[in-house]
Amino acid sequence: MKSNTQAIAWGAFSDILALAAAIGCIMLGLLFAVAGRDEAIAFHGWVFAAAAAIAAVYLFKYTFESSETSDETGYFDGPVRVATIATVFWGVVGFLVGDLIAWQLAYPVLNFDLPWTSFARLRPVHTSAVIFAFGGNALLATSFYVVQRTCRARLAGRWSPWFVIWGYQLFLVLAASGYVLGVTQSKEYAEPEWYVDLWLTLVWVVYLLVFLGTLARRKEPHIYVANWFYLAFIVTVAMLHLVNNTALPVSFLGAKSYVVFGGVQDAMTQWWYGHNAVGFFLTAGFLGMMYYFVPKRAERPVYSYRLSIVHFWSLIFLYIWAGPHHLHYTALPDWAQTLGMTFSVMLWMPSWGGMINGLMTLSGAWDKLRTDPVIRMLVVSVAFYGMSTFEGPLMSVKAVNSLSHYTDWTIGHVHSGALGWVGFVSFGAVYCLVPWLWHRKGLYSQRLVEWHFWVSTLGILLYITSMWVSGILQGLMWRAYDSLGFLEYSFVETVEAMHPFYIIRAIGGLLFVIGSLLMAWNIWRTVRGDEPVDMKDQPRIAAAPELRGSSGAALPAAAE
Amino acid sequence: MSWEKHKIFETNSIILLIGILVVVSIGGIVEIAPLFWLKSTVEKVQGMRPYTPLELAGRDIYVREGCYLCHSQMIRSLRDEVERYGHYSLAAESIYDHPFQWGSKRTGPDLARVGGKYSDEWHVLHMKDPRAVVPESIMPGYPWLAERRLEAKDIAANLSTLRAIGVPYSDEMIENAAADLKAQVDPDDDGADALQQRYPKSQVRQFDNNPEFISEMDALVAYLQMLGTLVDFATFDASGPNLR
Repeated sequence: MKSNTQAIAWGAFSDILALAAAIGCIMLGLLFAVAGRDEAIAFHGWVFAAAAAIAAVYLFKYTFESSETSDETGYFDGPVRVATIATVFWGVVGFLVGDLIAWQLAYPVLNFDLPWTSFARLRPVHTSAVIFAFGGNALLATSFYVVQRTCRARLAGRWSPWFVIWGYQLFLVLAASGYVLGVTQSKEYAEPEWYVDLWLTLVWVVYLLVFLGTLARRKEPHIYVANWFYLAFIVTVAMLHLVNNTALPVSFLGAKSYVVFGGVQDAMTQWWYGHNAVGFFLTAGFLGMMYYFVPKRAERPVYSYRLSIVHFWSLIFLYIWAGPHHLHYTALPDWAQTLGMTFSVMLWMPSWGGMINGLMTLSGAWDKLRTDPVIRMLVVSVAFYGMSTFEGPLMSVKAVNSLSHYTDWTIGHVHSGALGWVGFVSFGAVYCLVPWLWHRKGLYSQRLVEWHFWVSTLGILLYITSMWVSGILQGLMWRAYDSLGFLEYSFVETVEAMHPFYIIRAIGGLLFVIGSLLMAWNIWRTVRGDEPVDMKDQPRIAAAPELRGSSGAALPAAAE
Repeated sequence: MSWEKHKIFETNSIILLIGILVVVSIGGIVEIAPLFWLKSTVEKVQGMRPYTPLELAGRDIYVREGCYLCHSQMIRSLRDEVERYGHYSLAAESIYDHPFQWGSKRTGPDLARVGGKYSDEWHVLHMKDPRAVVPESIMPGYPWLAERRLEAKDIAANLSTLRAIGVPYSDEMIENAAADLKAQVDPDDDGADALQQRYPKSQVRQFDNNPEFISEMDALVAYLQMLGTLVDFATFDASGPNLR
């Protein structure tokens, strides 16, 4: 153990270091702002400098004025709170933009003939906002929460966890504003240009170090299974990000770069990345979430320890191979396509291993599905996970893919995973976390959670059924021949046929947006400290640990 | 099997980390690395050349506007696709594409061989107001492309950046990048012949029918009009020596 003076010296040292880094970032931002070769990078320079200046002012005040001492015995939950709020905020933004572009496909006049509002500039805003902003903040919040509780250790670092959370928000703002201004390298789910990629790399390395540092401090001999998944997610996303974004900037002070890979090699690298953004960002990380929040909320142990070992290693091994199923019948060599299909089909097994482990954790507690909408959300998310991880292997079979590829079926498949699995498991985790983090007796309103659940479920069903129909219809129309052996439909006839389904889809999306607004309202009231309106209906576990009474789990005081 | 043996991963974060890294590296190494050295990956064809400066500028606009989100540039080897769009796409046809533009969704039709299918005038009208020429279209309008002057001060730097990552631009091409860009929209320009010698099959004309300045529309249409026109399929034999 460090002596008190040593601790103070270390604290002062890290304060000075953080302040120096912030000042360095102001200079760097100003350099881009003043000398940038295009408007976008100059604008980003100003944003970067402003963010660094805010950080510097805060650090300065904290270091030289505040006498506040951090509590070394409790948990470090400030960054978790910020990331939880950010999850809700970005979720609403991402769903809103998604629904806007859904309406644009039904009524193209909504593109407004302006560069900044056209479908193809807003679509990356939608995908990045839901995957990286909503999903990413949910992963940051829960991983920092879970690793502390399951290790019984405070987060490593004094400023590093704050840097990870706020640095990540800065990445999101730079990425999204860049897309609207036309800054993109056109790789799906990896659109940000080189300088934004470098910033994310820095944030991500610090994230990994904070996570590993916290594991190293643990007072539990074993690393809990949720942390295996979080660690696999962090490390693999780092690998994918670095390889897929390898690019050469045209100029150090310009936004434009060219990706070093070309043609078929680039296609393979991109879908190795793209599919594993699904596999590791949207699956492994969220399985980590499932492995903590499902057993915690159900107050039951994880169903099978052995199953968790088998499905963890097989899942991360098999997922990496699945990328080529995005490139069936293309100019990618057949051997790679066949490998991709084979491993995608095999992937069904470990995926369902995870689903079984999550669902069966409810053994003996199934009655809670009736009374606790939060656990229902978590369980339904696992059911959606099971459904979309069955659909995925099916669509990876070349014969099926020849019909489904390039159509809305893919969009429907993605959304059953994204809205059903990623969305619901994150909502469930947020509903658990907020009373626990803000020391509340429960949520402001459990009835609103019921409404959120049913409105969103209806929205998802409208979304995925309409996309199944439009996707299969379009695939069949493209390959239809008339009795004389000519192609029966022109392309634009197939576009016309999609119109009713695009409207149904947009209505489904709208319901999902409404659900997320109900959540935002509920979370806002809970954070504000309003008295719960239906406390008697809420389970004991809804309350913060210290407010659960004597039978609550023995945890160190989560004070700050 | 003794489950006890797994304890080493559960009690040591660095061993767990190394285990994860090993397990997640294998698939990528097996699937990606061979594509760089197996000669059969990319067919031997006649006619491929790097993009002209104007085509490249048009391609950069195609990337900027996210066209790949709705239009593929990859005709699959399926009967209906070949009949609808033309010969299936070859790996050789995208060797100079950094990054590739194969796409993943066809909200609009495939564009791999759109070059020469429509007139310049059709493209310009279609970009300005898609529903003026295709009433059922759901494409956004891009009227501002014709009004914006093409920003090309970095065009030579763009070419040399691409050369650094393997696109065979010659010194001559890089030196003349700015002049070639200008020459491609002006058949009377003295440099037009030299451009066409450097870049065979390049199309020289006023693409947006507005000679006052080189617009983003000029560049984009020049790019669209060359898509899929380079490879000489008369000399390509899918079952011959250039079989993948």
